Amino acid sequence: MSTVTDQDQPATTDDYGAFEPVIGLEVHAQLLTASKLFCPCSAQFGAEPNAHTCPVCMGMPGVLPVLNRRALEFAVKTALATGCELPPLARWARKNYFYPDLPKGYQISMFEEPLAVGGGVDIDTPAGLKRVRLTRIHMEEDAGKSIHDAHDAHSLVDLNRAGVPLMEIVSEPEIGSFAEASAYLRSLRTILQFLGVCDGNMEEGSMRCDANVSVRQRGSSELGTRTEIKNINSFRNVERAIDFEIRRQIDVVESGGRVVQETRLWDADRAVTAPMRSKEHAHDYRYFPDPDLLPLRVDRAWVEELRQGLPELPRPRCARFVSQYEIPAYDAEVLTARRDLADYFEAAVAKHHNAKAISNWVMGDILRLVRERKLDDALVIESWPVPAAALAKLVALIDDQTISGKIAKTVFEEMVATGAEPGDIVASKGLTQVTDSGAITAAIDDVLARNADKVTEYKGGKDKLLGFFVGQVMKLTGGKANPQAVNEILLAKLAG
Amino acid sequence: MPVSLKDVDHIALLARLGLEDHERASLRSDLESILGYIGKLQTLDTSGIEPTAHVVDMPTPLRDDLVRNCEDAEVMVANAPDRDRTYLRVPKIIE
Amino acid sequence: MNLSDPSSWTIATARAALDLREVSATELANTILERIATVEPSVHALLKVTHERALADAAAADERLQRGERAPLLGIPVVLKDIFATRGITTTCGSRILENFEPPYDSDAAQRLARAGSVLIGKTNMDEFAMGSSNENSAFGLAHNPWDPTRVPGGSSGGSAAAVAAGECLASLGTDTGGSIRLPASYCGVSGIKPTYGRVSRYGVIAYASSLDQVGPLAWTVRDLAAVLGVIAGHDARDSTSVPRDVPDYVAGLTGDVAGLRIGIPREYFAEGIAPDVERATRAAIKTLADHGAKLVEIGLPHTDYAIATYYLVATAEASSNLARYDGVRFGLRRAQSGDSLLEMYRQTRDAGFGPEVKRRIMLGTYALSAGYYEAYYSKALQVRTLIRRDFSEAFARCDVIAAPTAPTTAFRIGEKVADPLAMYLSDIFTTSANLAGLPALSIPCGFDASGLPIGLQLIAPAFGEETVLRAGDAYQRATDWHRRRPTLAAGRSGEGA
Repeated sequence: MSTVTDQDQPATTDDYGAFEPVIGLEVHAQLLTASKLFCPCSAQFGAEPNAHTCPVCMGMPGVLPVLNRRALEFAVKTALATGCELPPLARWARKNYFYPDLPKGYQISMFEEPLAVGGGVDIDTPAGLKRVRLTRIHMEEDAGKSIHDAHDAHSLVDLNRAGVPLMEIVSEPEIGSFAEASAYLRSLRTILQFLGVCDGNMEEGSMRCDANVSVRQRGSSELGTRTEIKNINSFRNVERAIDFEIRRQIDVVESGGRVVQETRLWDADRAVTAPMRSKEHAHDYRYFPDPDLLPLRVDRAWVEELRQGLPELPRPRCARFVSQYEIPAYDAEVLTARRDLADYFEAAVAKHHNAKAISNWVMGDILRLVRERKLDDALVIESWPVPAAALAKLVALIDDQTISGKIAKTVFEEMVATGAEPGDIVASKGLTQVTDSGAITAAIDDVLARNADKVTEYKGGKDKLLGFFVGQVMKLTGGKANPQAVNEILLAKLAG
Repeated sequence: MPVSLKDVDHIALLARLGLEDHERASLRSDLESILGYIGKLQTLDTSGIEPTAHVVDMPTPLRDDLVRNCEDAEVMVANAPDRDRTYLRVPKIIE
Repeated sequence: MNLSDPSSWTIATARAALDLREVSATELANTILERIATVEPSVHALLKVTHERALADAAAADERLQRGERAPLLGIPVVLKDIFATRGITTTCGSRILENFEPPYDSDAAQRLARAGSVLIGKTNMDEFAMGSSNENSAFGLAHNPWDPTRVPGGSSGGSAAAVAAGECLASLGTDTGGSIRLPASYCGVSGIKPTYGRVSRYGVIAYASSLDQVGPLAWTVRDLAAVLGVIAGHDARDSTSVPRDVPDYVAGLTGDVAGLRIGIPREYFAEGIAPDVERATRAAIKTLADHGAKLVEIGLPHTDYAIATYYLVATAEASSNLARYDGVRFGLRRAQSGDSLLEMYRQTRDAGFGPEVKRRIMLGTYALSAGYYEAYYSKALQVRTLIRRDFSEAFARCDVIAAPTAPTTAFRIGEKVADPLAMYLSDIFTTSANLAGLPALSIPCGFDASGLPIGLQLIAPAFGEETVLRAGDAYQRATDWHRRRPTLAAGRSGEGA
């Protein structure tokens, strides 16, 4: 679950000439509950096939569903965090179809009366802030997994995932480009991670995305025929798939054809979308209210309690970092990309108020180590390379001139390796910065005396030699001379 | 409401019932006559009447998020007509 | 109580004998097993006799009795409709598609009966997936009415009713979705009750129509029903439609007092189409209650005529979805030739595994939910259901209990209605409304027709009014002895019961 950095961007722009795309996204988020949505089987990934099953999630005869309170809590929190309304009643509905990884022959989902409606997700676009509205959020159970390549004539089915709680978040068709699409997904994912309800890992499938794409003449308000694109498993593929589909549809329209409403699969290897081969007899899901589950009236007092308990959300927190800590927007965005990172930063700043310096250290050395050690694969980083308080102390030592910034790097490495306190390291290694101008002057005099020829060259115009002199002074002082003082005194001596 | 053989085939496919020809024919006429009888509901004025999907009225029971793994995989797949280790095995699914 | 003739026993009399140590649970079980061996060939009420389990249960019950324990069902031989999951014991639901299915779990009702110390004798015959009114839809052969083996015992809990009537158990459990406890109870001259929806857990009961299915006991007497209901009723956290409401002492509620009880007589239930003997016996029964102090009130249930149509939309729609899990993947029958596609496997499995009535109802239900028809059929039916419920609440403003025949006729001949599904469906005309409204309904014997076939009186109360119908039914049984008549069975003794 690392903070993704896309290596190669799609080589296209999102300018489609006379056309504009209209995009809506459907996200399925696996909820981080311990047990499944309707039975107490473990929702954990990775067990032996069918070890996490019971008669209920296996769909055996006579079994019945019982709703997991925490799954409901997670979905309600998500609805609140995205500004949705919760209608007085939500209704469980059966979605009926046959498939080996769907044990009951129907999925328990929601249809006409979802858990939440309205709300939205804010994204940054070149044109400024944009709110992508949500159509709805509802809950449903996941299906199992099928494996098709183990045998020639058979497929294998593992129902461990069957019954795991999912939240489906549907956006309005208001996304205007593939870039907006990935921005929307990132924003949404960060919100879900901040809430601790989903770990947002597209590669592992804990967050899945289908895109509904259509095109129309630029400026038109009518919607074109849309296709649904499935099998997208990364942010990069979201962009590629959407871009491809837009261009494909434009080609169809421009050559006089009509876009067919259909479901298409993204093939990442061939970089195309293709219609699903099993045009299986158009699905008629025959939705009807599930008779085994009563209409869901979420307790309003509980909703209020959950609302009060919501953590500060990513965007407001980012804005607060800018205004409260006076750090640049870029820094604030990096620091609020993860809740634990933001917490870490604030814990450090609470100990020592140089927010910008701490920010640099966090965005630099701390994040580097976190990524190297894949600590960010976890939803919440358990142990940091260096505790926040210790980092704060380190920066404080720089700010009070005890050590130079350069020496601080050395101290930092030592802190990471041994877990020792910065103060102790500085003391035991004798790294205290030399600030006494007498000592510095002596060192400078020494260096200049031993490099008289270079002094002449410098005075003749070779300004770059200043660095050489500084280097020599630092070497002589074991790196401990205060660099500003060295610079000041050196420049003065060389000028004179 | 007339029911055609085509209707029967469509519904049978939705329900994954492989019907023999004689079954198709008799189901067609059975469905037609039963639906004919059921048609009497159309004569009732139900405008403004709420549908009753449940005859129980109480809050949704909720379950604590605790794990209880009740059986092991062997027991759960013991009734499977075909399997491979603890996987269920079916004819190849074509995507 | 004649210890060698199980058909002369009731739970009440057996209880007394067991508690007084006049007989042991093991002796009772053995006598019943012998009885079964004798009468089963002509009745075929049982799909499975659980010999070993029965003797183990009996031994355990004897131990508890020896230690001085006293409990209503301790040592009592019971049978369960083969719709109740019983761990490690095949549960077929009367269908080929589950012919060899051994559930790794028990139904809640089976667990409660076991904890109460009852002795499980076997699993009873039934219409496949509880769809039927005659037990002729069983994949494993039909059951015969002990009063006349050329006639049906009713359905879908035909085996459960016939087993009681044939003296093969002291009580059975059945399920009732559109009348499936009450109708066979009526045809077989025994007592049966469908409790309020949500009173008894549906966990482990193979689902037919989830919003209508309810579990209930059958036995000779109302007193016996009260004893069993007290054990199986109550909240179960595994069933989200199970109502968390205290279970009263149903037996203690049988005071025999019906003075002032207002009995509503629904005019629609005495309209044409009902056999004259049935009408006569039912009216006589109502009069008996009036003679004991009940007040009679004429009421209307105006939407009665729409109940069957409503039922056959709601039930079949839910069933079409509930039966989708029988697909040959995880359990049950699978039919596939090598090289068959997944689609072929599904189609062949379900074609081979399901009987004609099940297919008919799956098709009907699928149709009712399908695109374009949902509003006109399923949704419409749910609205009519509201009207039917309203009929009852309006009626219960003016009466405490509703009395009517259980069925328009007595048991019909085997084969008489199989060719005409609609005619078969109409047997449920007086029973389905109580399911649609979720109300408790009792059927007790109230006479015999000219051919010596039993007639049933039905009593319906408002939700959670089990005590009312049981009290009225018990009062009637104190004043009459229809429930003491016994059929003459091949190689069995006829005559009076206890």
